[in-house]
Amino acid sequence: MSLLSNTTTLLDKELRTEFRSRELLTTTVVFILVVLILFSFAISPTTEESREFGPGLLWLAILFAASLMLQPCFLREQSNDTLSSLRLAVSDPFSIFLAKLIANTLFLLLTEILMLPLFAVFYNIPILPELHYLLLVLFLGSLGISIAGTALSAISAQARMRELLLPLLLLPLLTPVLVVSATVSVSLLDREPVIQWKGIGFLAIFDLVFLTALWLFGEYLLEE
Amino acid sequence: MSSPTPTGLLFENIDKRYGGLFALRHVSLQVAPGECVVLAGRNGSGKTTLLRIAARIVRPTAGKLSFPGASSDSASNNRPGYVAHTTMVYDELSAEENLILFGKLQGVPQPVARAQELLKEVGLYERRASLVRTFSRGMRQRIAIARALVHRPSVLLFDEPATGLDPLGISWLAKSLGDVHRSGCTVVMSLHGESEISSLATRAVQLDAGSVVADTNSGASLRSILTFGGA
Repeated sequence: MSLLSNTTTLLDKELRTEFRSRELLTTTVVFILVVLILFSFAISPTTEESREFGPGLLWLAILFAASLMLQPCFLREQSNDTLSSLRLAVSDPFSIFLAKLIANTLFLLLTEILMLPLFAVFYNIPILPELHYLLLVLFLGSLGISIAGTALSAISAQARMRELLLPLLLLPLLTPVLVVSATVSVSLLDREPVIQWKGIGFLAIFDLVFLTALWLFGEYLLEE
Repeated sequence: MSSPTPTGLLFENIDKRYGGLFALRHVSLQVAPGECVVLAGRNGSGKTTLLRIAARIVRPTAGKLSFPGASSDSASNNRPGYVAHTTMVYDELSAEENLILFGKLQGVPQPVARAQELLKEVGLYERRASLVRTFSRGMRQRIAIARALVHRPSVLLFDEPATGLDPLGISWLAKSLGDVHRSGCTVVMSLHGESEISSLATRAVQLDAGSVVADTNSGASLRSILTFGGA
């Protein structure tokens, strides 16, 4: 019960501070927007080419934007040592991770939902027919990025080369998520859409395994 | 202020190592419920590490920490209140939002009322809606102290609580600490030199290079440790 109430309280804090400053959301939206626009003008693809590599490009932009967004996740807790006050206050440290990863997932999803119409326009890909499946893939992929990224953000925040460490650890770890999410998205946005349940299953299992690992070992990541 | 359950502190053979460096070496110390203990010592003598271990923020490399007298349930006031060098509150939240946040996290009944009560006590009620980042150093220290008190802890740990306070602020802090101590709270604080705050001490412990080198509750020795030990 305290896990749930602590997570809700901390999630409220995460959302309140972010919507007050809008630092992470602005950075992420601008980054994805710039990447999508630059590539659409640089390559000027045909519709068929767009269907083939557009989703991959979208996921690459999401991954890089997420690494920007995840960097300050624990770093901003360090200036006033608020991580220590949180650890003192909560009965289960997993609630700190849970609140942060839910907030990160929500921020990523919000960014993606804002970007999807622009992606459809710039790359001339109709997204409406399979939108619900596409949203499911975006949710599972974003959740995977957030779970692994939140854990690695806690590790990198305590390291000396913290700005470099997170992308160095995050990108190789998330390569399977990126590959599978992009592959499933390509199939969904094809002229004859196919739903790759194996890929969706892989994403769900990835999320579950990393969430369980975080629940089991998260406490040690917060230690000084 | 309601009286907390009298709780003491027991450090048994505590070691803390950072790599090859010993921050604390075989520290054994018993703090009786209701005592007000001052930790003195030079910079780097291990005072902050000992307080952070007592706050359960840092895990000792070896040894055991316990809280004699603490109730066996998971009551929030079993957790020590800790005031560190930093404020440990969020700059982007208002004073009231910070106290409500930490009150809720610690299961304080009626956290809004408790936050407002504390804001009045620390003299920040008029600025309750202001973001902490707009506060002066002294005001930040007041909100840090209010945060540590929000769950009515039975043990309070202060790491150089007078840092950044002007003489008026120090007088206010000495009075507040005195009130907290008289309500039955066990207080352990690190200090440099003698001050209005150190007059509350019933015992002084001097640390040097991570070990306890003096421990006294007699008036003259206590003043001597506070005057010269913290140099």
